[in-house]
Amino acid sequence: MRVNVTVNGAPMVADDVWPGESLLYVLRERLGLPGAKNACEQGECGSCTVYLDGVPVCACLVAAGQAEGREVRTVEGLASAGGDLDPVQEAFVECGAVQCGFCTPGLIVQAHSLIESHDGVPADAEIREHLAGNLCRCTGYEKILDAVRLAARRKAGL
Amino acid sequence: MDFLRATTWAEALRMKADRPDATPVQGGTDVMVEINLDKGRPKALLDLTPVAELTEWSVESGNIRVGAGVTYTRVITELADRLPGLAQASRTVGSPQIRNRGTVAGNLGAASPAGDSHPPLLATGAIVEAESVDGVRMIPIGDFYTGVKRNALAANELIRAVHVPLRAGPQYFSKIGTRNAMVIAVCSFGIALNVAERTVGTGIGSAAPTPRRAVEAEAFLAENWSPGDPEVGRRFGELVAAAAAPIDDVRGSRDYRVHALAVMARRTLGWAWEEHRRTS
Repeated sequence: MRVNVTVNGAPMVADDVWPGESLLYVLRERLGLPGAKNACEQGECGSCTVYLDGVPVCACLVAAGQAEGREVRTVEGLASAGGDLDPVQEAFVECGAVQCGFCTPGLIVQAHSLIESHDGVPADAEIREHLAGNLCRCTGYEKILDAVRLAARRKAGL
Repeated sequence: MDFLRATTWAEALRMKADRPDATPVQGGTDVMVEINLDKGRPKALLDLTPVAELTEWSVESGNIRVGAGVTYTRVITELADRLPGLAQASRTVGSPQIRNRGTVAGNLGAASPAGDSHPPLLATGAIVEAESVDGVRMIPIGDFYTGVKRNALAANELIRAVHVPLRAGPQYFSKIGTRNAMVIAVCSFGIALNVAERTVGTGIGSAAPTPRRAVEAEAFLAENWSPGDPEVGRRFGELVAAAAAPIDDVRGSRDYRVHALAVMARRTLGWAWEEHRRTS
């Protein structure tokens, strides 16, 4: 079947989609957007987190056909058109919040959704709760928390 | 496999009548896991996410009618004051990403004994609104669960909504798991006090082939209405544990579940009574 979906602002068409296929597979294998990562395929790890109509979701659990006519924003769509990194991405780089990098795209999208919806700097408990569905197997959580706090402080002008 | 995309509720009912073998899908947090891990392959998926009617909730004669497309995130942010037990249980589901997609109706459709929605729905006496081209059926929650991952829906029926009684007193939900996110309950318990009527509702999760009430514990407390009495609380816990029929499995042992249920029942009763004393 055919799926029409707007990704990072651009209308896209995927053909020959199998009806049981996930949005994640369509993004990575049919639309050339490998930013969202494929790991657990059961919603446990958060590596595939993308925005679907502005709401962060696990792309592995969205049936491709459910994205028909909807808007998806992936980690590739966070930087500006000119290539300037989003402040959350910059904070991850500065804080060394990236080890092997596999969980990073999902964490950045999920952290971005927290900072976008939050005025001021979220409490640590709130950050942890918001990121509870994103696993980092390099155990880099402390640096990741540093990065989220830094990005939030900068957004709040602190 | 076929992909059926319903855009209105009437169309969804017609599609389900034509294709009773189609699996309805909302958030996909159960259905897509089965497909991704090749544990099951439905003949067809019936996508209900475009059906706008399902994403609404309303107040109807003492109940909140929660549409089948209302996500856990919305139960938490929009209904916590009126359905506190269901909102607490919703907070323990998966992760933010899962709660942004998953629905109470999906939990009912999957009918896993471990589903987090079930204890508060049992404790409050919710009613499942099922519909097919033949008409609407209102199924009391106690009649809905028929076996492990089985429910009372006919092959041509879909869940339209679940009707949950408005809060009539303190409600609590408690769940045992190995961490605070992405956890399938080892066992869980929901309680709803109705102080004016001196009754209590209960719901046990993940400790029997289906979610179930602890009927004898409810009757005991109604006959011995001293929820603040430690001895009454202890006996209430024992009776809740006695109502369960857990198994040993990878998440926990039978004995642990029985013990934990007695503790959770006693504690949630204590929390509920404390809240009542504090606010009355």
